[in-house]
Amino acid sequence: MSLSTMLTSMGAGMLRSCLIFFLTLLFSLPLGMGVMFLRRSRIAVVQWITKIYIAIMRGTPLMLQLLMWYFGPYYIFGWSIRGYRFTAIILGFSMNYAAYFAEIYRGGIEAIPKGQYEAAEVLGYSKVQTFFKIILPQVIKTILPSITNEIITLVKDTSLAFTLAYNEMFSLAKQIAASQTSFMPFIIAGIFYFIANYVVAFVMERIEKAMNYYN
Amino acid sequence: MILQMSGIQKSFGELEVLKDISLHVDAGEVVSIIGPSGSGKSTLLRCATFLERIDAGEIRYMDKAAVTTDGNGTAEYVHHRELNEIKRYFGLVFQQFNLFPHYSVLKNVMDAPIHVQKRSKEEVREEAMELLRKMDLENRADAYPCQLSGGQQQRVAIARALALKPSILFFDEPTSALDPELTGEVLKVIRQLAEEKMTMVVVTHEMPFARAVSNRVIFMDKGVIVEQGHPEAVFGDPQQERTKQFLRNYQR
Ligand SMILES: Nc1ncnc2c1ncn2[C@@H]1O[C@H](COP(=O)(O)OP(=O)(O)O)[C@@H](O)[C@H]1O
Ligand SMILES: [Mg+2]
Repeated sequence: MSLSTMLTSMGAGMLRSCLIFFLTLLFSLPLGMGVMFLRRSRIAVVQWITKIYIAIMRGTPLMLQLLMWYFGPYYIFGWSIRGYRFTAIILGFSMNYAAYFAEIYRGGIEAIPKGQYEAAEVLGYSKVQTFFKIILPQVIKTILPSITNEIITLVKDTSLAFTLAYNEMFSLAKQIAASQTSFMPFIIAGIFYFIANYVVAFVMERIEKAMNYYN
Repeated sequence: MILQMSGIQKSFGELEVLKDISLHVDAGEVVSIIGPSGSGKSTLLRCATFLERIDAGEIRYMDKAAVTTDGNGTAEYVHHRELNEIKRYFGLVFQQFNLFPHYSVLKNVMDAPIHVQKRSKEEVREEAMELLRKMDLENRADAYPCQLSGGQQQRVAIARALALKPSILFFDEPTSALDPELTGEVLKVIRQLAEEKMTMVVVTHEMPFARAVSNRVIFMDKGVIVEQGHPEAVFGDPQQERTKQFLRNYQR
């Protein structure tokens, strides 16, 4: 198998990895915001359930969580859902990353001085205005480096989708490597992840710079 | 009468911070509040600006009740909507400025009039520039708070509060977070506002300033008003032993 055929057959896998990556971000970034609000809820039960959820998401391997999302409905409820594989992957990734993002958001929000809320309140801003206009922009700036770390981890974590036999980049690399008895697919895979993360780091650095107009 | 507070009581847990405080402020008056640290001065301003809820007592602005106390002695706040209306009557300048760091100086001043009071951008911009001129900051309109000295930041905070056209402005130790050489520029603008008959309540440790600028001085200690009156009376001939002692400590 020539290098170009190898690249072509792995290309579809790259696209699938990218799809997992973007869909996970699309769902988990806002979902994390929701989880953060529940985590900060004044209702003790809600707070506790959210804490347990976050603890499970962060305390167990993502690979295991993916298996649970995929096989859980069948083994627990006896449901077999057709075409569920991809949904299970996106569910697993999004729910997991939402927990991490929620904790990052929470740290960022708790770092905002109380005086910012008080100033906004005395000036007459509504709660919603205060959050979106005053608090959130400052939170985003402070948490950006942590978000970058998470996103870089996500790029590499997409390879875990091979657990559910989804033909993303890493699964294909393994298959081709086995059938061709070649080490090349792994090198290509490595370069792919490396470049992807290089792009992530570059974009995030740009965003961080754009927010550096104040301290 | 702009502000009328009567029988204000406020505790934090077991700690009684305000014990039956009454305070009224007329239009054009400048009232200074002095007193040792921990005597409840900030808490009084925070209750007046609804940042803290009082336990009992009454608060009225422009003869509109914001808080009343029922027969059982518990404070009742008026409905959210009415309270927001009443909030338009006052402004508060904090010790720590609390400017919005992600907004430029001009946006700090313009944002609330535009997004809270829903006034037109053009009109607000003109007024904001005028206020910045008054604060001697017109050439810093595009700067960010982090690029300003403490004295400049506090003057922006004053402009931000004034932009909403409050009937009364509260100051909580506006110069305490500043380097000594910067207090003068902030006191100067407050003095200027006093000359324009802006109604103000100023918590301060700047005794010469309080004596020179205010119409009335209130000495607070341990959650009560110990003595109040014309500045010459309170500073020149204090009647209460605690006042004398406090002022004596301040001369040194
Ligand atoms: N949020 C709070 N919780 C508990 N105690 C408080 C709180 N705010 C103020 N206090 C206490 O109330 C007392 C009066 O505080 P404060 O009003 O800040 O005094 P001052 O401004 O005169 O220095 C102090 O003993 C202070 O520790
Ligand atoms: Mg104080």
